[in-house]
Amino acid sequence: MKPARFAHHAPRTLEEALALLATHGEEARVLAGGQSLVPTMAFRMARPAVLVDINRIAPLDHVTVAGGSLRIGALARHARFETQVVEGALGTLLARIAHHIAHPPLRLRGTFCGSLAHADPASEWCAAALALEARMVLARADGLREVAAEDWFQGVFSTALAPGEMLREVVLPLPAPSWRGGFAEFARRAGDFALAMAVVGLRLEGGLVGGARIALGGIGGQPVLAREAMALLEGQAPSSALLDEAAATAARHCDPQEDMHAPAEYRRELVAVMVKRALRQAVSA
Amino acid sequence: MTEVRFTVNGTAQCVEVEPRLTLADMLREECGLTGTHLGCEHGVCGACTVLMDGLPVRSCLVFGVQAEGAEIRTVEGLAAADGTLNVLQRAFQAQHGLQCGFCTPGFLMLATWLLEQKEGVDEARLREVLASNLCRCTGYQNILAAVRVAAQEIRVWREG
Repeated sequence: MKPARFAHHAPRTLEEALALLATHGEEARVLAGGQSLVPTMAFRMARPAVLVDINRIAPLDHVTVAGGSLRIGALARHARFETQVVEGALGTLLARIAHHIAHPPLRLRGTFCGSLAHADPASEWCAAALALEARMVLARADGLREVAAEDWFQGVFSTALAPGEMLREVVLPLPAPSWRGGFAEFARRAGDFALAMAVVGLRLEGGLVGGARIALGGIGGQPVLAREAMALLEGQAPSSALLDEAAATAARHCDPQEDMHAPAEYRRELVAVMVKRALRQAVSA
Repeated sequence: MTEVRFTVNGTAQCVEVEPRLTLADMLREECGLTGTHLGCEHGVCGACTVLMDGLPVRSCLVFGVQAEGAEIRTVEGLAAADGTLNVLQRAFQAQHGLQCGFCTPGFLMLATWLLEQKEGVDEARLREVLASNLCRCTGYQNILAAVRVAAQEIRVWREG
């Protein structure tokens, strides 16, 4: 339970950090909150030769509204989202989700961007990123690129991040005033990894659903969109029967995995319940 | 080896450590402060909780080198210099908030942070925060009671 040897660098600027990542490439990992990376290192499932510790780069600790988006810096901790970081339904949804992430000490240290970079299948922020159409801003020594959430996740603990890159910021587009969000998850104990979760977002205009997005997490290698259920809701009035049908559709079309915590069919039933709860929360908000 | 300067319970420390040494092991092995206990060593149990710059951290999930310039508080800093227990420690004793005592330093430091929050403590917050740590003996009820009693004694308890 002791990590393997590594070299520790604690740069003071983003430029220094990116230079270190460029030099060390695949050997290096970014250390932000460390609440997932350090346990992985303790188990020696990860053995980075170099850690680039970004905790002393103060400008990365931001959550700001700019250009119609919420921009979340690499050092923004989970706990920051427990109180509304932005007015309206988006801030409310992020706060609701934040309260379900692990436990208070872990939320004070772990980071939003770190969760997306680690890409745990049961990460709440990963499912949220998919539902909220997040864009990942990846910085490297010689430039920037953006990756949409739908292209970011590439299986268990795997993302589109390339060697030499840092997930510098996650950008969430600010939704329309008619937008509402919902979140539900099921875990056996408070703070445990969820066995299933749903994050939904939709617009309610003239009594009809538009732009519905439903992301499922905790059921497989990576968060997925429940596309059939999303299509079913489009342009419809959100009656109780319709929400039930959407939830059943999401459950029927998803591909839950079996593991030591739950059989696949149990997870499928949980998906139906979580989607139903999240949808009801959204339309009644 | 890296030189790390920090304070523990107000006392300046300067040690040389490998980067892979956790804060928990640094406190125990380099500073001789073995009150901080290591249960799981991967962030689940919370026995190693200490306060770093005023915030509770699992000291098995922070590397010692990351404590450069930090103020660390451990269970050794709770009692007075003559050994007189503080309010929280007395409450743990009076309410039977411990049996084997292994998890106690972590619970004490977690609760120390909770009681210092300016918004005070109510039952929901008490349960949310104390759910962070594991105890294999008490069944938790007496730990909850101890922190509740301490909060009432220092007048930060809020009826929910």
